[in-house]
Amino acid sequence: MQQPSPHIWNKHVETMDRASLEALQLERLQETVRRVYQNVPVYRERMQAAGVEPGDIRSLKDLRLLPFTQKTDLRDNYPYGLFAAPQEDIVRVHASSGTTGKPIVAGYTQHDLQVWAEVVARCLGCAHVHKNDTVQVSYGYGLFTGGLGLHGGAERIGAKVVPTSAGNTKRQLMLMQDLGTTAIACTPSYALLMGETMRDTGMDLSKLKLRTGMFGAEPWTEGMRDQIQNLLHITALDIYGLTETMGPGVAMECMEGRYGLHIWEDHFIPEILDPATGEPLPDGEMGELCITTITKEGMPTIRYRTHDLTCIIPEPCPCGRTHRRIRRLHGRTDDMLIIRGVNVFPSQVEASIVGIDGIAPRYLLVVDRVNNLDVLEVQVELAPELLADEVRKIEDLSRRVQRSIEQVLGLSVKLRLMEPGSIERSEGKSKHVVDKRKLYD
Amino acid sequence: MFIKQISVFIENRHGRLEEFTTLLGENGIDLIALSIADTTNFGILRAIVADNEKALRLVRDHGYTANLTEVLAVAVPDSPGGLAGVLTMLRDGSISIEYLYSFVRRVGKDAIIIFRVDQPEKAAALLQEKGVRLLSQEEIV
Ligand SMILES: [Zn+2]
Repeated sequence: MQQPSPHIWNKHVETMDRASLEALQLERLQETVRRVYQNVPVYRERMQAAGVEPGDIRSLKDLRLLPFTQKTDLRDNYPYGLFAAPQEDIVRVHASSGTTGKPIVAGYTQHDLQVWAEVVARCLGCAHVHKNDTVQVSYGYGLFTGGLGLHGGAERIGAKVVPTSAGNTKRQLMLMQDLGTTAIACTPSYALLMGETMRDTGMDLSKLKLRTGMFGAEPWTEGMRDQIQNLLHITALDIYGLTETMGPGVAMECMEGRYGLHIWEDHFIPEILDPATGEPLPDGEMGELCITTITKEGMPTIRYRTHDLTCIIPEPCPCGRTHRRIRRLHGRTDDMLIIRGVNVFPSQVEASIVGIDGIAPRYLLVVDRVNNLDVLEVQVELAPELLADEVRKIEDLSRRVQRSIEQVLGLSVKLRLMEPGSIERSEGKSKHVVDKRKLYD
Repeated sequence: MFIKQISVFIENRHGRLEEFTTLLGENGIDLIALSIADTTNFGILRAIVADNEKALRLVRDHGYTANLTEVLAVAVPDSPGGLAGVLTMLRDGSISIEYLYSFVRRVGKDAIIIFRVDQPEKAAALLQEKGVRLLSQEEIV
């Protein structure tokens, strides 16, 4: 066997033999199940309803005895209902879109933040990023997990962190050149936008030290990877994660392997399910990724249905890491959209417009990518009864609907009022999304 | 004193206005007066027709957002300054005009102007007091 990659951050854990890794997983799973059973009434009641007790988890296979957790559970128990640690131990919260008006909230203890920094540090190792690198974090900072998540990992490895957050592209590029940024982390569409801005402003690529990029928070294709690599002259790698299970850093492509993301199995147990039946599928088969966190204290999630489609690549990776890989995302099992890194559910739009006089609760989201920027147009049907025939009043209505949607989505939208019945219906069911972007291979 | 106007929301897309007028034509509804207020995203079509209720049912059945609005049909002398005189009266009465448009045909020597104002009752009383003729629904059709 060849030597493991010298870039591995935590050689002991990342190259641990499978038997030891699985023993560690079982121990941590049992501990997590005990803790949620004790501290989270929702989990306890569900387990009791399913006739499972913590003591029934004797092997990793017993994981499938446990009930699933869905995004709706996070909504129904908003904000703190699924927290397993005492409030005084929570040191940070992040939030992401829920399926209706309210966001979902995730809580982190001090230890959770340490684990998060550890797994992001491993991801940086996968991208051959080290202590001597300058890492520009161009993910948004705030409730969104992208910015602070990458930030913590980059600090952990001792890199020089440039926390530019997203936006103000010209300034980003200036700093990238002046500070000698060697690695960048942002959404792939933002990377593309930066690359095109460089090209269009005639920036001299030879003045940049940029070498690698970690891109995530939204799906992207191999075509986009080629474009980013060509425009920025870097290696572009995929990073995966979601707020419900932590944030970015759950899985990461390595430079040696590519086309598959190592999932850090000492902290997360992946399962691939048949999306229809919920039955686990064998390695190599495409299905819905389901994640159980086994070290999280603040908000552990048991068998969390991500609705992301992928499969497990069981073959060993040339990098020498023993943690298995998931394939780059293949699609979604639900109607969630990711727009400029923000998760958007059509049901959120519905919840935000229902009850506004003069419009019908029928709507269509049209997403397109214009100059590498996602644009969301929301078409909303008017009620048959015209409330006013003054242009000014109709425009007021339009603005009111737009503001209501923007507040819930946290995203600017273009609103278009439509005649009743003009939004296409198929088989009696309204279609809610037209996505003109190409996001999956 | 007031006459009814049908107001219809029209999406700004190619051929939509034609579809609408064809629909009225095929159903024997005569357009007596018509105006369109346009924005980049939509238009509001306002029309005076012979049978308002029938027209409203028809267009709603065909998926349009529509309603009936009460407006004033004012007989304005068809001579220079005719309209200005009426506008002055309304301004002096502190009445705001939401919109106005004119009939194509005349009644006698007068031009017919449709007014939508913020205080219809007050406007009607004021104009009549000043000797301005308001047309009834029957006189229009
Ligand atoms: Zn690898």
